[in-house]
Amino acid sequence: MSRHDTSDLIFRRVLAAFPITVLIIVAGIFFELVYSSLPSLHKFGIGFLYHSIWNPVEENFGALPFIYGTCVTSLVALLLAIPIGVGAAIYLVEYAPVKVSRVISTLVDLLAAIPSVIYGLWGIFVLVPFMRNVVQPFLGKYFGFLPLFQGPNYGIGMLAASVMLAIIIVPFIISVSREVIAAVPFVYKESAYALGATRWEALSNIVLSYGKAGILGAVILALGRAIGEVMAVTMIIGNDPKIALSLFSPGYTLASVIANEFAEADFPMYLSALIEIALVLFLVAIIVNILARLLIWSVTGAQSAEAVK
Amino acid sequence: MKDLVLKSFDATRLRREIWDKVMVVVLFLCAACVLFILFIILWHLIARGLSSLNPAFFTHLPKAVGESGGGMANAIIGTFVLLLLAVGVGVPLGLGAGVYLSEYAHQRFAQTVRFMTDVLNGVPSIVFGIFSYTVCVLPMKSFSAVSGGFALGLMMIPMITRTSEQFVKMVPHQLREAGLALGLPKWRVITGIILPSAIGGIMTGIMVALARVAGETAPLLFTAFGNLHYTQSLMQPIAAIPLQIFNYAVSPYSDWHRQAWAGALVLIVIVFIINIWAQYFVYSRKRWSAGK
Amino acid sequence: MKKLLALVAALGFATSAWAGQIQLTGAGSTFIYPAITKWFEAYDSIDPNVQFNYQAIGSGAGIKEITDKIVDFGGTDGPMTEGQMAAAPGKIYHIPLVMGAEAIAYNIPGVGPGLKFTPDVLAGIWLGEITNWNDPKITAQNPGVNLPNMPIIVAHRSDGSGTTFIFTHYLSSVSPEWSSKVGFSTSVSWPVGLGGKGNQGVSGILTQNPGSIGYVELAYAIQNKIPYGVVENSSGNFVEPTVEATSEAASGVPIPADFRASIVNSSNPKAYPICGFSWMLIYKNMAGEGAKGKALVDFAKWAVTDGQKISAQLDYAPLPSDLIAKIMKTLDKISY
Repeated sequence: MSRHDTSDLIFRRVLAAFPITVLIIVAGIFFELVYSSLPSLHKFGIGFLYHSIWNPVEENFGALPFIYGTCVTSLVALLLAIPIGVGAAIYLVEYAPVKVSRVISTLVDLLAAIPSVIYGLWGIFVLVPFMRNVVQPFLGKYFGFLPLFQGPNYGIGMLAASVMLAIIIVPFIISVSREVIAAVPFVYKESAYALGATRWEALSNIVLSYGKAGILGAVILALGRAIGEVMAVTMIIGNDPKIALSLFSPGYTLASVIANEFAEADFPMYLSALIEIALVLFLVAIIVNILARLLIWSVTGAQSAEAVK
Repeated sequence: MKDLVLKSFDATRLRREIWDKVMVVVLFLCAACVLFILFIILWHLIARGLSSLNPAFFTHLPKAVGESGGGMANAIIGTFVLLLLAVGVGVPLGLGAGVYLSEYAHQRFAQTVRFMTDVLNGVPSIVFGIFSYTVCVLPMKSFSAVSGGFALGLMMIPMITRTSEQFVKMVPHQLREAGLALGLPKWRVITGIILPSAIGGIMTGIMVALARVAGETAPLLFTAFGNLHYTQSLMQPIAAIPLQIFNYAVSPYSDWHRQAWAGALVLIVIVFIINIWAQYFVYSRKRWSAGK
Repeated sequence: MKKLLALVAALGFATSAWAGQIQLTGAGSTFIYPAITKWFEAYDSIDPNVQFNYQAIGSGAGIKEITDKIVDFGGTDGPMTEGQMAAAPGKIYHIPLVMGAEAIAYNIPGVGPGLKFTPDVLAGIWLGEITNWNDPKITAQNPGVNLPNMPIIVAHRSDGSGTTFIFTHYLSSVSPEWSSKVGFSTSVSWPVGLGGKGNQGVSGILTQNPGSIGYVELAYAIQNKIPYGVVENSSGNFVEPTVEATSEAASGVPIPADFRASIVNSSNPKAYPICGFSWMLIYKNMAGEGAKGKALVDFAKWAVTDGQKISAQLDYAPLPSDLIAKIMKTLDKISY
């Protein structure tokens, strides 16, 4: 028996090394990022986040243009992707025949599996010309009074990047929303029908409000994905650290500036500033994750409580 | 008066029902729109990819800049080498962590590890590239296949940890108890009974994680780095299909564009095959347990 | 699992088949990328035991990676600064490999090659002060050319680049405003424009976007059939970027012993004003690197002599013969 105890103890200790290594890696990434960005943190302080000059010549670095580009493209992408994604999810769960729903869900997963560099390739050769020749002239003509749609039409730019991001995150929104909507207890919908509600009313009043938190969680996860997206954005956003109101103008994001400039940051301060951007991305990832978990738990947790009853 | 109320009630009812029908169409259009985009992308990939593929693409090395011809043989091999290295990093760590979480961990420790793997899952891919650059490339004084595989391996950990934990937990209690009742030490029960029962699900997790990292470009930019030739040692830079697609796509040369499409088609086929393969493990596991 | 192991074994075997060859890794300048890959192909028949892997990721990256000793050689068209030289762990030589001209290339529907640009116009365009192709400052120099009413899409490099160094160095030397507002370096804070990665990326922007203008190494413009203009030099002559006009830029310019010379805005009346050297960066002390040091020096010696004929086919200007003699002496000082 004691022989078992010893062998078990050894096995357990050895096995424990694996999760501990995982913890060490996460901590390692964090400390590495903090340590390497110390020079930049010291020199620019909190101003790094709101200064808009990115000038490698004078070693003056502010991340605002990248934060701006990231926020604008991610938000526009969400605006495009949320209605379509949630709508498609509702259709799949509530309306489509089970078989059709299953096939479409598989196809949507396929969309999620496409590597981002392929999205970028498609973006350069299909999406950008389409934006330049069709979408942007249209927007400029009919909505040109809005400052969002003014200025020269390159095709390349923040709008193209936003559309690209929307396509990339739509599968995430669909698959999480699907689960959340499917998790709404049937009784709730039945009660709505009993009160004379139409199907859409039952959906919009009961299902959506019941699943609101869960869908919000899905949206936040998608936001996380959009913020961290590198290749597809880098290839079509124009890579220009400017803060411009127009969605037609080129921009730059946090992730893409690292991809473009990390290998060549030839001054220590330059490198440090880029790593500080990575640190910002890392922290955003943590915050996004906490928020999304809390929100999704609040739904699926309630559901499992329901199941226990 | 009563009639009026009824009429307005009917009108409201009608409006509500029309609205109901309209929304069905709107929701359908949402789903159709997503499918449409998927088909457009796949169509471009297949049409442009197929017309660009030729035998040389699979057997030749890249040509000098601006010259037509050549292929991506080195990048195709490179991608597989990188994936093997990634498996070497990601599978032991992910599997070990998953089994430990399921079989031994205290609640709080398990929560912490789960949270950390979720964080790892949300970390932008480019950050793994930076991490691998500082812990592998700088100390080893060279861009290398190893550093690229390391970065990809780290990205596989969260998925493998989660699925391993999940599938190990799903092993029926009876099996576990039967083993323990036979007087086997717990570790023998885990390695001899639980893991073999859960292996199908675990493999699926591994394959899905593999499919996810197979197309990653950003973590390879400053680790694997790319290579114009075959790589002779794992300590040297290595080519990869996604890197090659990126370099070719942003170039001005039409022959490189052609090869980028061909590369994209090959890459997507690899990713899909791995994904389908992953499903095979789930099914084979079902068959296995049914046979028992 | 067995299949997987078999695959590992097969790959292991496949990769070991090339063992015994030396593989040299270089990174940096995209300016020289067409020439250097062409050289690699030709050099394969001279010494098949040496393989080169050169990744064109920008001169800034070339400088950084050679400083960290992560690559065996760097490529740059902007010389390392004193600070960068001091930060490197050993003495680094700048070995000029070629001279090249930067074309002012554009994509204007209906407009062919040979558009005339004055230094003022170029500075104005890249400063964002001239924003339309029918601006009087451009049309004044180009009577008879039907310039459309079309916004100018300015392209520049998004990565640290020697091409950028040469171009901004040129703009700084002709425009006081540019000099004070922007300055020159491998990467600068651009007033306007789209960023493209590498000479490839900028050429990509040019081919894909009507109305665009950018600066690219001449080979890229010629290979991709992008029209390029003629530029007014310091003597007031409009000069086309050619091998001869580039060679003229270097003649009469004193070249310092460490070869870190600039030939932009040359005073020679026949010279094209926007051109420069592309250097290979090598450590003086290559001892401890095994066979790599000798292989690299041999290649450099070949590149600056026999290799020049090959690069000239791609419109890089050959190095002057007196300079080649000096380079050979410097290469002999490298220890391995």
